Amino acid sequence: MNWLLDLTPDEWNAVRLSIKVATVAMLASVPPAIFIAYALARWRFWGKTMVNGLVHLPLVLPPVVTGYLLLLAFGRRGPAGAFLAEHFGIVFSFRWTGAALACAVMGFPLMVRAIRLSIESVDRKLEAAAGTLGANPLWVFTIVTLPLILPGIIAGAILSFAKAMGEFGATITFVSNIPGETQTLPSAIYTFTQVPGGDEGALRLTLISIVISMLALVASEVLARRVGKRMDIE
Amino acid sequence: MTILVDIRQKLGAFELDASFASEGRLTALFGPSGSGKSSLINLIAGLARPRQGRIESDGRVLVDTAKGVFVPRHKRRIGMVFQDARLFPHMSVKNNLNFGRWFTPDSERYVELDAVVDLLGIGALLERRPGKLSGGEKQRVAIGRALLASPRLLLMDEPLASLDEARKSEILPYIERLRDEMKIPIVYVSHSINEVARLASDVVVLQTGKVTACGPTVEIMQRLDLLPADERGEGGAVLETRVARHDETFGMTVLSSAAGEIRVPRVDVEVGAPVRIRIRARDVMIATERPKGLSALNMLAGKVAVIDKGAGATANVRIDCGGATIMARITEQSRQGLKLERGLPVFAVIKTVSFDQANTAAGLRRELDA
Repeated sequence: MNWLLDLTPDEWNAVRLSIKVATVAMLASVPPAIFIAYALARWRFWGKTMVNGLVHLPLVLPPVVTGYLLLLAFGRRGPAGAFLAEHFGIVFSFRWTGAALACAVMGFPLMVRAIRLSIESVDRKLEAAAGTLGANPLWVFTIVTLPLILPGIIAGAILSFAKAMGEFGATITFVSNIPGETQTLPSAIYTFTQVPGGDEGALRLTLISIVISMLALVASEVLARRVGKRMDIE
Repeated sequence: MTILVDIRQKLGAFELDASFASEGRLTALFGPSGSGKSSLINLIAGLARPRQGRIESDGRVLVDTAKGVFVPRHKRRIGMVFQDARLFPHMSVKNNLNFGRWFTPDSERYVELDAVVDLLGIGALLERRPGKLSGGEKQRVAIGRALLASPRLLLMDEPLASLDEARKSEILPYIERLRDEMKIPIVYVSHSINEVARLASDVVVLQTGKVTACGPTVEIMQRLDLLPADERGEGGAVLETRVARHDETFGMTVLSSAAGEIRVPRVDVEVGAPVRIRIRARDVMIATERPKGLSALNMLAGKVAVIDKGAGATANVRIDCGGATIMARITEQSRQGLKLERGLPVFAVIKTVSFDQANTAAGLRRELDA
């Protein structure tokens, strides 16, 4: 058993970094995902099909393509990257933040889909009732719609987290594979498989990957059940 | 308090073109399904926007398409009780009740939680979740929730339609108390003549999107022609009476009315209390002289006022009994046999047992109007 927990500093870094990247990617995605999902579910606007397609693009494109597009846009010389670096001091290229961005983009369609489905299943009559009780649309959303779609948000967040834990192609294309900065679990495993005698390290990280993913799944189950019980929807 | 509605709205092939005004304590919008009652009430609540028209409540313009006025629903201060209670499933009963209060400025609050809980008898439910309530309980909580927003007008959209008879009779007394004890005018949508006759002070009759009649309940209920075909058997006169005395020996209550004394099965209200009764036209017999050896206890003397041709081979006879009108539906054969005509003195004969709970109800307490 000892060999399993006897991680080298680089391996520990990969584990910590993966969790950090996945968590940040997930949390940062939630507000825009709710907004986009709401717009797609409820509003009629020009270019809706376009927005829908754009959101789902990372799902169908090869991850390497997505990563390369990110590099073009958010790289140091990319238009968005240069703008953000100049005005906000936010740099993505070859940083862990870039890994988080890549993971967020890859998980975004999954999160939007889950939240959109739950928004579509909300009984709009409840929102109408809240309106007649004096709540303006923003309050209706905050204290009626949002709690009702919480299970969908949790499901979407977990999908996004799981996607981020496993994201490899876009990340390595966008921010490369720098130990301690952008080397997440999948990149580290990949590196191990490329060197002689790396089997043991690869296996260790693989097992850790499995444990983290299982824990995330169980946590989401527990959370969803608790929320469901609280709601007690007829 | 006046409600003024004058709107035109197209909903697919259906055209709603309705106008009415009412100052009643409880105005019923009455008509068969598909007559546009619910569409009309949704327009008043602000849940839909009319193509053209004007809605006013208590002198406040809520909608005026000509001037581009449309007050959004959350600023109307109009409470609504829906057919499906629509309680928020993620909140306890107490939080559901308080929902409207949160959005009511202190200066506008005139309803308190304790009073509503008392009025509706929902004290034991406060900590529960809506999912754990029965249909009747849900509807009582929904009424309380609407009241606690301190509305200026309360709309009720067939609040009893999805409940069984037992649940209906559980809730009706609460609506009567609401009507008599709270100072909120109510607009009540229903297709049940029973509920309308029992609750309403005024009735607006709707048919295929048009208002066909509008006036005090007592007058409208005599117009059998206005009733939907399947409810015509329920039509008849509505009488405002008072309890004269209780007859404990036979378990009866004697009511005094303009038409004379009427004996009904025991009603549990104090002597002097107002009671509204509905006498179905099909339950009334006509005799040209005071009958003898008859089991029926109520024989009201009067004069034939109007004879209308009814559906099929029937005639609807309005009898003027000391100012009150009693309706009788008889066959054309009987009418000719008795040679009934205007002004003929007759007796309206009504069996005491033809009154049941559904058509004997606590009457409007008019003294509270003052």
